[in-house]
Amino acid sequence: MSGFAPGGEQASIASVTDRVRPVAIGAPVTSIHFLGPRAAFVGAEESVALVDAQGDGQGAISRVTVHDGGILCTASDGTRIVMGGDDGKLAALDAKGEVTLLAQDAKRRWIDNVALHHDGAVAWSAGKTAFVRGRGEDKTFDMPSTVGGLAFAPKGLRVAVAHYNGVTLWFPNMAANPEFLEWAGSHLSVVFSPDNKFLVTAMHEPALHGWRLADSRHMRMSGYPGRVRSMSWSAGGKFLATSGADAVILWPFASKDGPMGKEPAMLAPLQARVSVVACHPKQDVLAAGYSDGTILMVRLEDGAEILVRRNGTAAVAALAWNAKGTLLAFAAEDGDAGLLRL
Amino acid sequence: MAESSSQKIPVTVLTGYLGAGKTTLLNRILSENHGKKYAVIVNEFGEIGIDNDLIIGADEEVFEMNNGCVCCTVRGDLVRILDGLMKRKGKFDAIIVETTGLADPAPVAQTFFVDEDVQKNARLDAVVTVADAKWLSDRLKDAPEAKNQIAFADVIVLNKTDLVSKGELAEVEARIRGINPYAKLHRTERCKVALSDVLERGAFDLDRILEIEPDFLEAGDDHDHHHGHDHHHHDHGHGHGLKHYHDEDMQSLSLRTDKPLDATKFMPWLQNLVASEGQKILRSKGILAFSDDDDRYVFQGVHMMLEGDHQRKWKDGEARESRLVFIGRELPEQTIRDGFESCITS
Repeated sequence: MSGFAPGGEQASIASVTDRVRPVAIGAPVTSIHFLGPRAAFVGAEESVALVDAQGDGQGAISRVTVHDGGILCTASDGTRIVMGGDDGKLAALDAKGEVTLLAQDAKRRWIDNVALHHDGAVAWSAGKTAFVRGRGEDKTFDMPSTVGGLAFAPKGLRVAVAHYNGVTLWFPNMAANPEFLEWAGSHLSVVFSPDNKFLVTAMHEPALHGWRLADSRHMRMSGYPGRVRSMSWSAGGKFLATSGADAVILWPFASKDGPMGKEPAMLAPLQARVSVVACHPKQDVLAAGYSDGTILMVRLEDGAEILVRRNGTAAVAALAWNAKGTLLAFAAEDGDAGLLRL
Repeated sequence: MAESSSQKIPVTVLTGYLGAGKTTLLNRILSENHGKKYAVIVNEFGEIGIDNDLIIGADEEVFEMNNGCVCCTVRGDLVRILDGLMKRKGKFDAIIVETTGLADPAPVAQTFFVDEDVQKNARLDAVVTVADAKWLSDRLKDAPEAKNQIAFADVIVLNKTDLVSKGELAEVEARIRGINPYAKLHRTERCKVALSDVLERGAFDLDRILEIEPDFLEAGDDHDHHHGHDHHHHDHGHGHGLKHYHDEDMQSLSLRTDKPLDATKFMPWLQNLVASEGQKILRSKGILAFSDDDDRYVFQGVHMMLEGDHQRKWKDGEARESRLVFIGRELPEQTIRDGFESCITS
């Protein structure tokens, strides 16, 4: 390690910045999803910008108005984006740009969270109430406190509902009592591991909390300097990558004990906070966006980095890979966006 | 919160016991021709007539931070709502949070001290408490919430003064002052108060902790001249030996010295004080003169949470005096006074 020279690192990093196609969204973007051949840049308010990912001209941007106000949450299965707004509407947008109103809250409450199941079921929440729409009639469930996050289990119709002091596991189609996983504090976003063995929440405080579902054993994943706002499972679910620190935090989930008793790996450290992470859908590679506007592609195995976007702008707000993993889309908080073809 | 506070959205917290006139004040703020747009966060959503584009229902969900400190409570719903509102930045100039009549203002204020994302986008401007001149004296006896709201206030709108006699008004003011002599007090009918007296107060802005004098010690014409109704300064009951109420369990304690403080003694003392007595201390504020330091140091706190910073150079000829104020419940006065004395540079 005697030759370690921090100043020399940045110059020697491989770069693909010249292969990025800039996309001028011109308004704050909060999430990105691929819908077939198009990248959908979801705005903070009202509209979604659909960009033809194959083309290279700026004229290929079309804007679709979906909400009458702020767009608070989105989920996508690759064929449609379902989103909730502060207008009390739950709406779906498809690749053609067609909008379908799925639900309208009677009291015009904010639709705070949404989740999609691979078989087409939709879960959403407004305040303390969680809703699920599958093949039958809508099911609702009132939680003890406001819903912080929703996730469908990879198997069966089971919904994890995060709220204060824990997570409720709800089986909307069964009469069985919901299961309650308790842990003090405010639980926000929630994810199942792809193998259905673990459940992880990002808490209001700068920490994750996890449970092994077989025996409800706790996993406390703390040490973050900031709140974790972005979590992404690596291809195959061996790792959970997260934002919230000055490096990508990578928790190991390959063994039956998950990260219990293990230290996370820290990849791609910079002098800026990681704001978004997105794992490649097929390979052990992830994209990480930082609070200073930097975007890196990072190989999980050895932490090797490739520069996608330089620093010096607004924080990176969203990252998304297409299903094949051949395109990476990104957007900064100020709407400056781009597409990278690999 | 001290830096670049001007770009942050100001948040005014509107408290007051049931029926005091919070909704009246809120509608007055919204309907006046000020050219500003407000986002309003209310409880009892949809049940009260408020005419505003951006109105959000809240649930007043309070949770404890996982840091082992029982009084570190925050409003989780407020974190969520402010986060959502920031998606509509540019559509409003300020935020007003109306609490229910039974709410404790502390979790609202603490949300602004502990939440990183809230701090990034918004700043707490002031806690404005609407009080009913006719019933407040009774409520202070039987409702601890009412007492909390008075103790916590930066601005008190003493409403419905037309429904009480001068003697009753003097009594209720004396009771308020027995708890909180530092809040700006405005006597009103139907909440008729100048908006500049309740909004953009900067009460939590360290740069604007200019003075921490009791409100009633200021020049008589400094306040209340906006309201056309008849009252005289001697009605206050203070300084004339007419009435003085010492509230049994909620008081303020003020400390001052013109001798320089030893920062290496004072800072640990203050930290320890709020750590051990923070549940009793609702608000604290101070302007401090440290030995071998040419800058004024200012701090403020809510329960156990403190923030402080060097404010500016002491001016030539300015008296380098340290002043502290604590408002709280059953404050251990002698312990605090002795501790403060021990921080004076020997």
